[in-house]
Amino acid sequence: MAIKSLEELKKIREASKKKVDLREKGESTEGMTEILIGMATCGIAAGARETMKALYEAIDEAGLDNVRIIQVGCMGYCHSEPTVQVSQPSKAPVLYGKVDEQIAREIITKHILKDEFIDDHLLNKTFVKA
Amino acid sequence: MKNAKDRLVELNTELLDQEKLSVLEGYIEGLEDKAGSLIHVLHKAQGLFGYLPENLQLHVARKMDLPAAKVNGVVSFYSFFTQEPRGKHTISLCMGTACFVKGADKIFKTLKDQLGVENNKMTEDGLFTLKDIRCVGACGLAPVMLVDDKVYGHVKAEDIQRILQKYRDEEDSNGH
Amino acid sequence: MSNFTRQVMVCGGTGCIASESDVIIDRFREGLASLGLEGEVQVLKTGCFGFCGQGPIVKIHPDNVFYVKVTPADVSEIIQEHLIKGRRIERLLFTDPKTQIRLEKHEKMEFYQKQYRIALRNCGFINPEDIEEYIAFNGYEALGIVLSEKTPQEVVQIVKDSGLRGRGGGGFSTGLKWELAAKSPGNEKYIICNADEGDPGAFMDRSILEGDPHSVLEAMAIGGYAMGANHGMIYIRAEYPLAIERLNIAMKQAREMGFIGKDIFGSGFDFDIEIKLGAGAFVCGEETALIHSMEGQRGEPTKKPPFPAEQGYKGKPTSVNNVETLANICPIILKGPEWFGSIGTATSKGTKVFALAGKVNNVGLVEVPMGTTLREIIFEIGGGIPDGKAFKAVQTGGPSGGVITQADLDTPIDYESLKSIGSMMGSGGMIVMDEDDDMVEIAKFYLDFTQDESCGKCTPCRIGTKRMFEILERLTNLEGDPEDLEKLQDLGRMIKDSALCGLGQTAPNPVLSTMKYFPEEYEAYARREKKTTYAIDSEKCIGCTACVRVCPVNCITGSVKEPHVIDETVCIACGACYDVCRFDAVVKP
Repeated sequence: MAIKSLEELKKIREASKKKVDLREKGESTEGMTEILIGMATCGIAAGARETMKALYEAIDEAGLDNVRIIQVGCMGYCHSEPTVQVSQPSKAPVLYGKVDEQIAREIITKHILKDEFIDDHLLNKTFVKA
Repeated sequence: MKNAKDRLVELNTELLDQEKLSVLEGYIEGLEDKAGSLIHVLHKAQGLFGYLPENLQLHVARKMDLPAAKVNGVVSFYSFFTQEPRGKHTISLCMGTACFVKGADKIFKTLKDQLGVENNKMTEDGLFTLKDIRCVGACGLAPVMLVDDKVYGHVKAEDIQRILQKYRDEEDSNGH
Repeated sequence: MSNFTRQVMVCGGTGCIASESDVIIDRFREGLASLGLEGEVQVLKTGCFGFCGQGPIVKIHPDNVFYVKVTPADVSEIIQEHLIKGRRIERLLFTDPKTQIRLEKHEKMEFYQKQYRIALRNCGFINPEDIEEYIAFNGYEALGIVLSEKTPQEVVQIVKDSGLRGRGGGGFSTGLKWELAAKSPGNEKYIICNADEGDPGAFMDRSILEGDPHSVLEAMAIGGYAMGANHGMIYIRAEYPLAIERLNIAMKQAREMGFIGKDIFGSGFDFDIEIKLGAGAFVCGEETALIHSMEGQRGEPTKKPPFPAEQGYKGKPTSVNNVETLANICPIILKGPEWFGSIGTATSKGTKVFALAGKVNNVGLVEVPMGTTLREIIFEIGGGIPDGKAFKAVQTGGPSGGVITQADLDTPIDYESLKSIGSMMGSGGMIVMDEDDDMVEIAKFYLDFTQDESCGKCTPCRIGTKRMFEILERLTNLEGDPEDLEKLQDLGRMIKDSALCGLGQTAPNPVLSTMKYFPEEYEAYARREKKTTYAIDSEKCIGCTACVRVCPVNCITGSVKEPHVIDETVCIACGACYDVCRFDAVVKP
């Protein structure tokens, strides 16, 4: 559908906002948990595909149907690729670095299922966005 | 050196894969702006054939109404195009600055020694081609080596033997 | 649907949990529930704020108030005073040790102030293959505003007023570039996005294209409108397959929603974009060479004038803009040129993305306001040099730039200041070197690159860089002479003065700048002094043979479990044995 005015664009934006509110504010209308995984060339080179596969497998094994994985670009933390952000409803987003297959599983089994952080892999977001 | 006549005969008799050639011709015919698309055509040709031998360059030149010298001029100008056949696996070593500072030159020397080839050449067994490439942008993993699309990060000289052997073993087990 | 008006964010990092942040969260939840406010104030446990020394930390949104060293006993006061009455609790606000001024907004804290992301704003936060996520973050609103409310002249003026300058190296005013193309006569004009990132150590453009492709497409359409171009082209390296794929997906989605194509936003403005592949040539970053390459030719530069703004692609007025430059356009339209102009230094506005790599702990992309010092970037954001080694130099501007030493670490960086200390902004590669790095070898590395990438059109660059490289090889092979140093200097100056394009004119910079700051290293080579070699302490060596296996020149001998020996005549002082020895038995020169 072609958009022909700013009003139409704003309507789509309001509708799309639901998709990203969780990521920004920890709000979710659907009760979904969202896992963002950095899938730029650098992340993939560092093994992000394997990490993503492990995430899917672990979600499957745990029988979770309220977790969504979203591929995003890179956040610039090359030293800590692959990076993964977990956004749960009513909680602020948590960023993890150097997430290999094992840590990916722990993100599901510990962070999501037991509400425990994987402390050694926590990353601090060190920037503000315009 | 072969004489010019021999070369011409060779050009005419060397058969290019006709199926791939017709795909390439179809692509060229579908272009709106032929003259401006030489680089795209060469990308397509290299994608199909793996490299750009002289007879293929000549073929492209004729199809596009360009002098062969111009096509060759473009092929030889850009590092992405290769006129040499490639081995089954391409080993690319990142020679970006970050990798260099972390010792990529030593890794490159080790690779040349162990493969017994110079840069951009194929090993005798046709298994590997060695290439130095510019920054792949995985500086966090420097030094970085790629075998085809597989990325090896934080590579050390002593890892090389093991990595190469893996591909050689694979080849052996396929052969038997 | 939640109706929260406020959020209380409590740090749940290890440090803060150790100091009872869990109890604080419980107290907040209980306290709010007892007042019936649990539906209005949301209590969140966050990841570590990275300010563990001040923990536990509580942040209140959207007030942006930041409380530190909060104890469970403080909770009821925060609820009563802050959340209900709206009064800040002074004693819990953060105190900056340097100024003793209490700051309440955590963005003002030193730690967070360093990075400010404009060009990278969406990278890592949106799915680049989903246009709706881009729209959710105000995507395509700038284009909508421009097309429905602004004239092309107004758009040019906004970009000019913002002070945005090209991020690809030259630093030319983007608004002026658009204005020149707009004023050139003709109906057929082109806007080109230069995504041929050639500096072998910079990858911010790739990151933007892979993480936020729509921001570049939108900016191209805005630029097209401003200068009267209906054609956009992206010249991108074939070595970036993922970026190409994401661009193609983004273009398809943008076309479907009518953001590119005919009659955009019902304004009557038509604009389409196509991708042109590069094939690996550093010189194609130069705009005239890039245009020739797009026309299917060898990518050789031509002299300017005529400038591309007058005669560019197919002889038509053309504006070539770099990816990072374009990524700044939409925020400038949405937030205004005054906002953008308020960031940065007097001559250089906004932020710059740097690819920080080499001998630094936190390798990565950083986006900082212009005017940030190198010390802040390398030691605060970058976390300093690994393994406790000493900082030696940092190379900015890639093969066209120069080294910057300890003495200039506190220079606030912008286009002018980097030039004045003998380097340049370039595309933003930043390679950190430590005490082990040999500056002559580094210079040789860059010269090897430029002489290889020289297109061969003009003599100074084609032959000059080759000769300079040969002299450097002679020196490092210990076959040089003191006169070679003079020759290097002379050649360098001549190439700078006489080469045709930017690649040639800047090619000698790495050599000239390392010669200026580290003359002793060149002189030692010119005297054919062998670099001192490594030795093995026979008392400490246990004969594990680890060093033998890593030595690239096989100069270490010795039997297993017996002390080993290094043959000094063969040793090239690469340091591999030093790095691998676990018993401190290898002694550094």
